[in-house]
Amino acid sequence: MTAPRVAGVGMTAFGKSPERTGRELFAEAARKAYDDAGLGPDAVDEVFYGNFMGQHAEQQGHSGPLAADSAGVTAPATRIESACASSGAAVRLGVERVRNGAADCVLVGGGERMTNLSTAEGTAGLASAADALWEIKAGVTFPGAYSLMANRYFHEHGGDREDLAAVAVKNHRHAAENPLAQFQREITVEDVLSAPTVCSPFGLYDCSPMSDGGSAALLVSEEFADERGLDPEVAITGTGQGGDRMALHDRVSMTRTPAAERAAETAYDDAGVGPEDIDVAEVHDCFTIAEVLALEALGFYEPGEAISAATDGETDMDGDLPVNLSGGLKAKGHPVGATGGAQVSELTKLLRGDHVNSDAVPDAEVGLTHNAGGTVASCVVNVLEVVA
Amino acid sequence: MSQDGPRDAGYDDFLDAVEAGEPYYLESPSGNGWLPPREFDPETGERELTEESLPETGEVLTKTVVNVAGPSFADDAPYIVAVAQFGPVRLTGQIRVEGQKRGVGSEEVEIGQEVEIDVGHNETEGERVVVLEPV
Repeated sequence: MTAPRVAGVGMTAFGKSPERTGRELFAEAARKAYDDAGLGPDAVDEVFYGNFMGQHAEQQGHSGPLAADSAGVTAPATRIESACASSGAAVRLGVERVRNGAADCVLVGGGERMTNLSTAEGTAGLASAADALWEIKAGVTFPGAYSLMANRYFHEHGGDREDLAAVAVKNHRHAAENPLAQFQREITVEDVLSAPTVCSPFGLYDCSPMSDGGSAALLVSEEFADERGLDPEVAITGTGQGGDRMALHDRVSMTRTPAAERAAETAYDDAGVGPEDIDVAEVHDCFTIAEVLALEALGFYEPGEAISAATDGETDMDGDLPVNLSGGLKAKGHPVGATGGAQVSELTKLLRGDHVNSDAVPDAEVGLTHNAGGTVASCVVNVLEVVA
Repeated sequence: MSQDGPRDAGYDDFLDAVEAGEPYYLESPSGNGWLPPREFDPETGERELTEESLPETGEVLTKTVVNVAGPSFADDAPYIVAVAQFGPVRLTGQIRVEGQKRGVGSEEVEIGQEVEIDVGHNETEGERVVVLEPV
């Protein structure tokens, strides 16, 4: 059972394009992936399409077949929904299909249209990733849920808004030259601290934006690659998914994310690597505290110790462990259903050497994507390696 | 309970019980506490959940002031959401000083504050809301 190769990747520029439909966004991403791979829709055996709130934003359910249709494919197609981890989960399912021989070429990715909604409507849509009875009815929003985690983290471990601001500043700096990023300008700690408050302690810059976008990747078997004369450099060598209680108040801890810990353990075992082997990572920084929690769950830091990672420059592109060289969700943008696929797309390019920030990691051979759903009630971790 | 729509079983039953002065939670044989409705203890898989009286007071574990709300709470913002622990069960509610509508005066409530549970209404839609009142 060999690791599926990433034959091609593509994503739209993330940002505000309220008139572009979800189907159009995914079609563009798929086209880019086909072009990157030198393949066409006729090669695809199956489609896994990540999407979170199509029914809310576009009154569009059953979007698996629609996504396949939009990508020029007639094949089994399923919408995968795991909140913000939707397309990370779609990637994982594609990996498993190829590994077990059920498919030779799988189109994975996702799409989301969000900015056609008002801020209030978008907030309500995002909040549906929380517990509808016991959190949403209490007025919990998504920034609010992560704010609860951040405030508890400060209480247990220390740290402050400046430490979180360093995460935002770092990721905006990483995105400054990324033509696909929603925000391509640097910000300062002062910008973050003086921004309007969304939910204490988060200001506007602690929160990833509302975004529209699509992402896609073509995962192929070794046999398929040989038959087509392809030799894709990057393969997905490990994948794992973890789960946890839905409501934040039902977790054992509000400052740890066991779903991510479990996903990482599974993915590391699958790939035969450990956190010490990871050269570069794309993690789920939907809010600044989320990157801190991710770094600890992935085993890069002990609990309570990642709060100063960005402040100390350790996760900068020049640091010991470059994190979110794409700009992360914070600066690249977060069209929810597309994010996991976009992490794979960006990481593939970083490892291949054709990403705008590849020069920062010229020797990187092993990378990781971490894609979390809700307040990490679900999480998917994928390990990508240079194999050719 | 939605003023116009159907009840949400479990959730509305719990709120009714709080309003009647008899709040409860569901406890499994292992002693884990959960909010209704539950068929299983998600930690152990046990099925024999029994209704137990909710402790009279709880402790605030974390809180946040929400400035940007969804449509259902648009007229309520800013308001304070908190997670509190009542014995073996935790729940999420809005911190409100008794008699005040929207958390007025509750900005000083900190982690560790002792609270009692009550039921309030949101200003935007008149829907019931779990309320946590500082003791």
